[in-house]
Formats: sequence, structure tokens, C-alpha cells
Amino acid sequence: MSEAGASPLLSARGTSKSFAGVEVLRNVDLDLMPGEIHALLGENGAGKSTFAKIIAGVHRPTRGTLQLGGTTVDVASPVVAQKLGITLIHQEPISFPDLSVAENLVLGRSDGAPLGRVPWAAINRDARRLIDLLGVRIDVTRPMRGLSIADQQMVEIARALASDSRLIIMDEPTAPLTPKEVETLFGIARRLRDEGRTIIFISHRLEEVRALCDRVTIFRDGNKIATEAIGKLSDADIIRLMIGRPLKEYMHKGKSQIGEVALEVEHLTLPGYFDDISFSVRKGEIVGLGGLVGAGRTDVARALFGVAPAASGSVRVGGRPVTITDPAQAIAEGLAFVPEDRAVAGIFRTLSVEQNISAAVPGQIAPRGVIRRGVEKALAQDAVKRLRIRLASLRQPIGELSGGNQQKAILARWLLTDPSVLILDEPTRGIDIGVKAEFYDMIGELAASGRAILLISSELPELLALCDRVLVMSEGRLTADIARAEATQEKIMSAAVPQVRGAAA
Amino acid sequence: MSLIRTLLVRREAGIAVMIVLFCLAVGAFRPQFLTLDQLRIILLLVPLIMIAAMGQMMVIVARHVDLSIGSTLGFSAMVSGMLYRFDVDWFGFDVPWWTGIPVSIVVGAGLGLVNGLLIQLFRLPAIIVTLGTLSLYRGLTFIISNAKQIDRQWIPSELKGLSQTSPVFGTPWIIFIAFGVALATYLFLMHTRMGRQIYAIGSNPVAAPLRGIKVTQVTLVVFTISGALAGLAGILYASRWGFVNPSNTGSGFEFQVIAAVVIGGVSINGGVGSVLGTVLGVLLLGCVAAALPLLGIPGTSQAAIYGAVILVALVIDRTVRRQGIAGFKRVQP
Repeated sequence: MSEAGASPLLSARGTSKSFAGVEVLRNVDLDLMPGEIHALLGENGAGKSTFAKIIAGVHRPTRGTLQLGGTTVDVASPVVAQKLGITLIHQEPISFPDLSVAENLVLGRSDGAPLGRVPWAAINRDARRLIDLLGVRIDVTRPMRGLSIADQQMVEIARALASDSRLIIMDEPTAPLTPKEVETLFGIARRLRDEGRTIIFISHRLEEVRALCDRVTIFRDGNKIATEAIGKLSDADIIRLMIGRPLKEYMHKGKSQIGEVALEVEHLTLPGYFDDISFSVRKGEIVGLGGLVGAGRTDVARALFGVAPAASGSVRVGGRPVTITDPAQAIAEGLAFVPEDRAVAGIFRTLSVEQNISAAVPGQIAPRGVIRRGVEKALAQDAVKRLRIRLASLRQPIGELSGGNQQKAILARWLLTDPSVLILDEPTRGIDIGVKAEFYDMIGELAASGRAILLISSELPELLALCDRVLVMSEGRLTADIARAEATQEKIMSAAVPQVRGAAA
Repeated sequence: MSLIRTLLVRREAGIAVMIVLFCLAVGAFRPQFLTLDQLRIILLLVPLIMIAAMGQMMVIVARHVDLSIGSTLGFSAMVSGMLYRFDVDWFGFDVPWWTGIPVSIVVGAGLGLVNGLLIQLFRLPAIIVTLGTLSLYRGLTFIISNAKQIDRQWIPSELKGLSQTSPVFGTPWIIFIAFGVALATYLFLMHTRMGRQIYAIGSNPVAAPLRGIKVTQVTLVVFTISGALAGLAGILYASRWGFVNPSNTGSGFEFQVIAAVVIGGVSINGGVGSVLGTVLGVLLLGCVAAALPLLGIPGTSQAAIYGAVILVALVIDRTVRRQGIAGFKRVQP
């Protein structure tokens, strides 16, 4: 329905966004036409989600204007967005789990006085009508808690319809869905488009974008690179546009002696997360694990470390078969794991840097259960010097440090356990370039000292610059094992992007 | 029928079953426990708790807690008591007997509003704020009363009559008032927009403002209602017992009320709770309280038994919650 010459529903001009001084979105101009499904593509961190969130009122742009139907609007909050007819559907929807589906649909509607009567019959009737309209079967009187993710998404879409949204943003909606649920979702999306609504569709899966979308906009490093009709671009074009940045010059790692196998994984499987994963990492070797977010890389790492153990498969550490079902056991076996989301899983925000560093070695600092302050301090001081952690004082709460220095402190913590195998999950995410380079040096030094390193990263240049080999995962399976000499961004990316969907489900 | 509702029904049914089993067990030892007279005794024990429990329930559904209600009860009862005691000195005439009812409600509402303001404006946790005002309001009661009790002769006999005279079935007014409050609470929570917003805030405090719910406004209303109902319980205390004492009146009341609410299946994690459950929780506590003297258990053990009942209820709450969350699994791709 998007004919040439029609006026755009939404025009973004010069949209820019900075977080803590780091520009994550730069001067994006984009027109969204009524009655089109528009894909936003890009690597993780390219800015597509930030852009979507600005439109939906979740973030305020640092600069730039938005025009909706020709008038300039200020989307100050999700509530304002809703009133303007813009709805963002989260991958895992935010809802009120204790309230009924019908209530979730109408909650926050601004009509009626606080003490106005709740018209239960009408609410349930309207909700049933909306849900029926979507052609799905959900009992609207049951609470949200216990609904599948797919059904929760349907409720969110119904909510968009309830407020008669003209623009519906779906941020990676298909990641948690089964192929059948994806088909249902696509059918609904097409119908909404045919009614003249605009849909923004964010996904990593090229064949989904191809199947569903009319036009595509590609983001890279916070810039809009291209907007094209989907038919005009081949998959190769899209991948090239997504990763086409010049390879940054990173310090290449020092020569390290590659020794015997330190970690060997065979047929590791956890149904629903990853399937038949086999690989090995040698002493002194840095093995990259690439792939898109949600490919199962972190799940493999968590399984190895015993956080969420695999259902089947075998693991050998230093040649010995081990069964790790608990992180304490993993530490005892000489494994260390620096998790991806340090705010949630890595740091004790309110505790001092010192306590954060010594947390992994209670036995060293408190031999008989009583903490020896002197030992703790010495260990921490040594680590701070070695890793060049910048801080005001060892007693400072770690939450006050910059992201990079927090990450270094966590690395320091794990180095105290003297691990033979170090698993790093996105270690440089959210860290400025300067500290990143330091981190790369450090990872190289750690390998040179004979440790085996498994590096999970979504940044292709990082994988290429640091790793001796790059493994690639896609939808829970290993799809490539590329030696350093042969590794290119294109090779990694085409192994990472799922080509045929649905086989694993 | 949905999972949570099934659980809730089961929880409420569970309390009802507990009440019946408890009464039968006590009745096996003391047959006089299973008489109409005894029912009247039980019903007379619970109105104050039931009224305050309705406010407390709203507060807990909104994922807060109000520890100050005992002191709020004491302070608002004392204000009315002093009004009856000193009205001639202050105004030169006798105030009508019912004056204390609106006065105590308004005073209680004011104290509740103070709680709400401290919590919302300074982003303080309710448990800390109301722990502070628990002590503050009690202290103020001592200050205004000069630590002196308002004795029987100052409490108007019509007011005392609310606890003795009956419109029907030989059941005193005060019991009808309590059930009236429960009914009003039910209508407010289940059938008004704001009532539902209280559940929404407790169910997901992060998402509530994103949906345009005025969290501050709703929270202030909730604490004000809790205070007002504690005030109403305060004037009914004067009616029921015929005196207001600065240190005893309302002391420890919050524990009974919170116990009743939690036993009634209101989740301390917010978002879940029903008036019916709370009423049953109150009645169960009433049965326990009535049975203890009959069984010859000394008053000194009552606190321990209340505590044990709370803990059992909490364990049940937690177990049910965990099962509820286990049903909320991610769908695998």
C-alpha cells in the first residue's frame, strides 16, 4: 500500500542520542510510510533499538525532531507515544502478571474518574473482540502470569489495536517464538499493514525480514547506512552494509605458546538453548565464540560454569572428565567466568572494590572463617596495580567506578583463583575505546601465560584481532570453526545469520 | 479457571477449612465453643482488626506495609477522647456523642497521609517510614494527653452503645460497621479504576507509571485510607472498651492486623489479595483469640501463638508463590 508520493506517517530528522557522553545514534533521517513493514537491521549496538526506543518515548533524543503525520511531536514518554498511536512491543512484554488479560489491555487508559466504575462486562467483551480479531485463543479473564511469551506478545499487539496505534514497533519479537508462532505473528503483521498501519520490525533473521518486510534500513555504528526496498538488496549486500566498517587497528596479541588441550567439550546439549556443541580450547589459545545475540553462546558458557548445567554431553578440563553442576565446583576445577551483564551477575555494587576483588577467594583471605584485612588489602592492591584499575580508593564502592574499571576489577577477581580456563562473555561491552585496547592487551597476556581463553563477543573486529580460532553459533548450533588465517567478517557473519529457519524447533 | 484464581480460591478455601477444623478441634475439648454465644464473642473480638485490616490489605497489595496503624489508632482515639473530656473547657459546651467518629477518621487520615508523603516524596521504604511514625505517633499521644488516660465517665454512653446495642439479631452495631467497611473495600478494589490501579502498582511497580498510572497519587490515597480506617478503629476502641489509654490503646495492634492480612492470603510481594481472604484471616485470628482462654492457655502465651500463626501463613504464601512462578516459564524457541 505504500505508493510513491504518499506522505510519510513518521519523519525523523537528525535524530541523535548519547548515553553518558557516548554517541550511540548519529543524525538519523528516516521516513516511515503508512502501510509498510519496515525492517531495522544492524549489528548489536548499531543503534537500531535505540532509534526504535526514541520513537516509542522510552528514550529522549539528544538532538533531532520527529514529525507524525506532518506535525512535530515530542514523544516524552511511552504514555505520550501511546496517545499518539505509537506502541512498542517488547520481546518479553512488560505486563501486570497478577491482573487479567482484559485488564492488561485497558489499564492506564485515561478515560474516567479515579472512582469511576470499572465496566467489567464491557472490558471483557472488548478484550475478547480484540483477541478474536487477532485470531488467537486466549482466555481474557485469566491472569497474564502463566501465558506463553507468544500469547503475551499477542496481548501487547491487541493493546496496540485497542488504542488504535498507527505505528507498531516490534523489537526482535520472533526470538523467543516457535516457527508456528512466528507464522501467526507474521499473518497478523501483514493484516495490520493492509489496514494501513506501519510496522517497524527489528530482527536478526534475514529470511524473516525478506518474508515479511517491504523496506529495510540498515544501521551501523550509530549511523543510518541505507534505506532500500528489500527486493533490491541481496543477502550479501545486506551483510556487507551491516559490517562494512573499516577494520579498526588493534594491538595484535603477542606470540603465545599453544600447548595441550585445556578444555574439551563434546556433544554438549541443553534442549531449547543449544544442541550438540563440541569444541576444544588449548593452553595459550584464545578461541572466539561469535554469533548473534540469542544464538546460545552465553547459555553454553553458563552450562560450562555450572550455572545452568547442560542436559547431556561431556566436558574435560585438563584431560580429566568433569561434571560441573555448580559454580563453586567450576572454580575448584580451575574455570573462571566473567559474565556478560556485570551489573546483574558480576559486581556487588555497594561493596568496596577490595571486597569485590577478593570475593572469589574466601579461602585465601579468611583461612579460618575470619577475614584478614591485611591479606585482603594486599591481594586487592596487587590486582589494582597489575590490571591498572583506576580508582580513588580500594574502599570505594565498585558501583562508582567506570564500566571499564569495574570490568577490570571483575577480571582481577577471577585471576586470583588462578584459573586454567577463562571464559569471557562480551568483556568489552559498554567500555570506551581506550580501555578496550588495554583489555585486549591483557587478554593477550593471559593467553601468553598459558591460560586457555574462550572469548564470547559480538564484535567482529574484536574476534578477528584477538582470536586464534573463531567458532560461530547460530540458533543453538555450532555453524563454523574458522582458523585465524581464514577468518573474515563476511565468513563469520554468514555463519551467524540463520539461513534456513525452523529446523531446530 | 485460571491458575492464580484457582490458587486464590484454594487459599481462601484453605483458610475456611482451617477455621472449621480449628473450631471442631477446640469444640471436641470444650463443647461450649460451638455455640451461638461463642460466635458472638468471636465476632466482638474482631471488628477493630477487620476495619484496620482492610486498609492494611490495600497497602500490602500496593507492595508497601503500614506498621504505624496501632499508634495511629491510639492517637486518633486520644484526640477524640480529649475532645469528650475537655469540650466544656475548650468550647464551653458538650460536643454531640458522635463527634469523635469524624474527628478520629480525619485525624487518622492525616497521619496516614504523612506516611504516604514521606514514602513518595523522599522515596523511602514504607517499612522504615512507618516504623518511625509508629514510634512518633505513639510519642505524640503521650505528649498531647500528658500521659493521662481518658476514663470511662468521659466516653459518651451512646458511643459505648455501638458496641452493646444491636439493630438486629442481637449483633452490636460495631460488627455491622466492620462488615460494611469490608464491603466498601471490596467495591473500591474490584470495581473502581483506582482500585485496580492499586493492584497494578503492586503487580509491577516499574511498568505502572509507563502505563500512565499516577503512582504517587494512588499511593497517597492508599496510605490515607489505611490511616483513616485506623482512626475509625480508634474511635470504636473507645466505644468497645470505654477508655483511651496513651500507652495501651492500639499497642501491638499492627501485628494482629498484618497477621490477619497475611493469613488471608494477601501476598507480601504485592498485587495479590482479596477482601474475602482478609475477612477469613481476621476470623481465624478471632477464633484463635477466643479459644485460648477457653482452653486455659494463659494470656502470656497469646503473642507466641499469633507469631506462630503468622509464620505458618508466610510459609504457605511462599510455597504457593513459587509454584505460581514455576508455571511462568519461557517458551523455548
